[in-house]
Amino acid sequence: MLLPQTHGHSTSPFEPACLTPGPPCARLSAHPASTAHPPPPTDGIFHSRLGGGERPRAKPADGTFHRGGEGGRAARGRRAVGRARPPQRPSPPRGRGFRAPSSNEEQPLSPPSLCVAAMTQSVLVQVGQCGNQVGCRFWDLALREHAAVNKKGIYDEALSSFFRNVDTRSGEDGRDISKGKICSLKARALLIDMEEGVVNEILQGPLRDVFDSRQLITDVSGSGNNWAVGHKLYGCQYQENIVEKLRKTAEHCDCLQCFFIIHSMGGGTGSGLGTFVLNLLEDEFPEVYRFVTSVYPSGEDDVITSPYNSVLAMKELNEHADCVLPIENESLFDIVNKIHQMVNSGKLGSIVKQNSLVTSSAGSTKTVQEKPFDAMNNIIANLLLNLTSSARFEGSLNMDLNEISMNLVPFPRLHYLVSSLTPLYTLTDVNVPSRRLDQMFSDAFSRDHQLIQADPKHSLYLACALLVRGNVQVSDLRRNIERLKPSLHFVSWNQEGWKTGLCSVPPVGHSHSLLALANNTCVKPTFMELKERFMKLYKKKAHLHHYLHIDGMEQSCFSEAISSLSDLIEEYNELDATKGPGTGCPRSCLY
Amino acid sequence: MSIVTVQLGQCGNQIGHEVFNAICSDVHGTHGLCSKKENESYHEASKERFFSEEKSGVPVARAVLVDMEPKVISQTLSIAARSGCWKYDDRSHFCQKQGSGNNWANGYSVHGPKHKDRIMNLVRKEAEKCDRLSGFFTIMSMAGGTGSGLGAFVTQCLKDAFPASFILNHVIWPYGTGEVIVQNYNSVLTLSHLYRSSDALLVHENDVIHKICAQLMNIKQISFRDVNQVIAHQLGSVFQPIYTGAGPLHYSRSPLGDLMETLVPHPEFKMLGLRNIPQMPENSLAYSTFSWPGLIKHLRQMLIANATMEEGIDWQVRPPRPGSSIPSKHSTSKSLHFNTSIANLVLLRGKDMHSADLGSFQDPALYTSWLNPQDAFNLWKTPRAFNKYEKSAALVSNSQFLLKPLDNLVGKAWNMFASKAYIHQYTKFGIEEEDFLDSFTALEQVISSYTTL
Repeated sequence: MLLPQTHGHSTSPFEPACLTPGPPCARLSAHPASTAHPPPPTDGIFHSRLGGGERPRAKPADGTFHRGGEGGRAARGRRAVGRARPPQRPSPPRGRGFRAPSSNEEQPLSPPSLCVAAMTQSVLVQVGQCGNQVGCRFWDLALREHAAVNKKGIYDEALSSFFRNVDTRSGEDGRDISKGKICSLKARALLIDMEEGVVNEILQGPLRDVFDSRQLITDVSGSGNNWAVGHKLYGCQYQENIVEKLRKTAEHCDCLQCFFIIHSMGGGTGSGLGTFVLNLLEDEFPEVYRFVTSVYPSGEDDVITSPYNSVLAMKELNEHADCVLPIENESLFDIVNKIHQMVNSGKLGSIVKQNSLVTSSAGSTKTVQEKPFDAMNNIIANLLLNLTSSARFEGSLNMDLNEISMNLVPFPRLHYLVSSLTPLYTLTDVNVPSRRLDQMFSDAFSRDHQLIQADPKHSLYLACALLVRGNVQVSDLRRNIERLKPSLHFVSWNQEGWKTGLCSVPPVGHSHSLLALANNTCVKPTFMELKERFMKLYKKKAHLHHYLHIDGMEQSCFSEAISSLSDLIEEYNELDATKGPGTGCPRSCLY
Repeated sequence: MSIVTVQLGQCGNQIGHEVFNAICSDVHGTHGLCSKKENESYHEASKERFFSEEKSGVPVARAVLVDMEPKVISQTLSIAARSGCWKYDDRSHFCQKQGSGNNWANGYSVHGPKHKDRIMNLVRKEAEKCDRLSGFFTIMSMAGGTGSGLGAFVTQCLKDAFPASFILNHVIWPYGTGEVIVQNYNSVLTLSHLYRSSDALLVHENDVIHKICAQLMNIKQISFRDVNQVIAHQLGSVFQPIYTGAGPLHYSRSPLGDLMETLVPHPEFKMLGLRNIPQMPENSLAYSTFSWPGLIKHLRQMLIANATMEEGIDWQVRPPRPGSSIPSKHSTSKSLHFNTSIANLVLLRGKDMHSADLGSFQDPALYTSWLNPQDAFNLWKTPRAFNKYEKSAALVSNSQFLLKPLDNLVGKAWNMFASKAYIHQYTKFGIEEEDFLDSFTALEQVISSYTTL
């Protein structure tokens, strides 16, 4: 008896893989499956087909209407900018956005329904123990969020940005279903670890059905907290495998916009292999954005070589990432404690909405025993959810992912964004007074809500983005920006460096929320401390031999890495030096 | 004659939708407090202008919707369809999957050339539906990537493909702060490019409209929808049918052509500002009465004092006395605030508009010396009341209205440019420093032209 519509006994359509025949663990035996795939498509297909380098330009005719001589300021301005070098030929436009070969580009006119189904997708690449644990929390909370919004169990465009809808009835390699009911949701993800522990745990846990064996790359021996082992040894060994699986994942996307890498900086696999994957992504998918969530080790890290690993990884992040969201364990820990105190401090405890905690998994589709780091990792998961919310859901002021780097990265290397999430929890006495809404904005700029140990208020802002979700209007945004502006220092040439987005769907358990992303010189101390700890080891050449005996690893790697970091710090120093009144350069003085 | 509206980007599509809504509700929701015959011919003319007929009887907007991401367009289409009052043509839209990311260069140099043929095809189809085409009305913001970059590109294409038609660009000036960080770059590039291919730029400043929402409309929590509705109302008050010239002849003249003829006497000056009076929440309308002399007195002072709304007008500002030297170089502090015009157009709608005396607008002191005040001022009117306002007046002005915002904007963009911030994001898509400099030069020229009026 064949009953394909087996949704019946599932409580929620967000229970993935309810159509899978056979026990789910059966697929474990298939792992690692890497040989049976069709050959990867040829390179050319992956580059989006943009029109050539042609650039229509109409120069203003010389004899245009002139009054009072040469157009004043601009003419003089030319000198001020210092155009010593000859004007360069424009480089061919480099479009972003991976387009799968099957895209319906030539289709003449898309009816509205098609228009709806078209959206961009993102792929999560989780590397190493930390990356996979955080990733695991992300997928759990992403399912929770979509389940809360999507009550009918229809596979919609919002879901499609992180999940495939797969018909698994005919086995693992089911085809994608682009419309209709949810069959089996598969995460657009690649899980990489050089030991099996964490990944196996995921595969045996409640999330096993959102991944399949072809999304995994594991080894047994680990990277021994050695960047070189991860980056050089495993990188070399697994390169083909990784590329193939990335391509496979990308093929399932209709318009791949962004890769999110989650990794830690201190260990061997996350930092070494994670940054190796970053380089691969740049080579293979130059047009797809690369956002990296990097967990930085704390000062009392128990990994002795973590400063080496972090600094070596930093060089790669400097050169190959579009945006990096640095996160420090200490900050996550402080936030978890703060919430804990709040919940347990007697009278308030009863009125905090449990599922509104930024650390909570309550209400997730997967009722799991919480593990110790889950609370901390949930914060990062929520960061990613809020970051992508405006790309997934509608709002009155959309903020696509490609707008983030466009607005927040004024210079290519200064792409480190300090993030903060507010509110950390919601009280149950609703009827939100606007004062509490304003409190949310104030908190986002306070030291103890930042996800790294930093104080943006007393440093220099290069740019700042506010991603708001829920019932917030443009007038609330404007009021709060006006209110906060006087207490913040912005770089002289970007005094109004605010970017805002309004997404109408709030996170689970909240009526509204805010993610603030700051490109701020307050990241500098974190980097300086890292440099100091690196130098302490490096001066004595401690542990160097562990690295140098790896093929392809030379001492120059270390010196280049530390000078890359020093350069970065210097760039921040230069900007900091412009801080303070009177150092700005008004237009008039340029002429 | 008909106008084809081209809605570009998130902002353009949201506003376009509200404009058609406003026009539709003016035509269907009110009887215009005039004779039945009057109302019918108004109705007819408005319909020809903005809508085409379909078999089903539901008017179809003469519009092309363009965006680089799908969300806004699909939302707009479905809301319009659900209204039942009017709708968009199901096939008259174009969207892609991934937006322009606030990058003007991406919209102009990448998306533009890539999608030119398909967008222009849609426009051509829409144009062919018109018996008599007056021209194109494009709605876009200057801040983002799609509206601004692609919008500038599409405007150029329109100019090439329809050299005989008029193009009026409606441009949304971004909030001074808080929307898009690179908005000043995008704006400089947009304005300079539009200045080459557009016939006129009709500008709405978000900050101004926001203030109107707060102070005149008494809205506590202002949403983009509120802002867009005010803009739509103002646009409707200009573009709904009206009798041009001296006598009431007929409504169906070329709306864009007449506008250009009266307001843009010289290609160097094509920045138009718009002022409306009165504006108030709908539920206060019933308790208010207006007199033409009062409205006109306010409107005139709004013009010469460059006030953006009827509240908080500086009544001290006076036109420079005719005796004082004409090139007002040694201007006193008072005439410093004085807003000199090139050309003004006042549109009166409502009861007894024939009794209104517009003599105060014909004062030569209001205008630049090189234009005859008789040519510089025009009055259009109709007894048909607009959108539930018993009497209303609109002023479209080619004057120094936008001089200060423009100077500010160019200043901020220049400040950023001098430190080379964000330039790499543009060169990535083929817009070089050279292009920026060209744009700065072009706008400095506009600033200096308007300054020396």
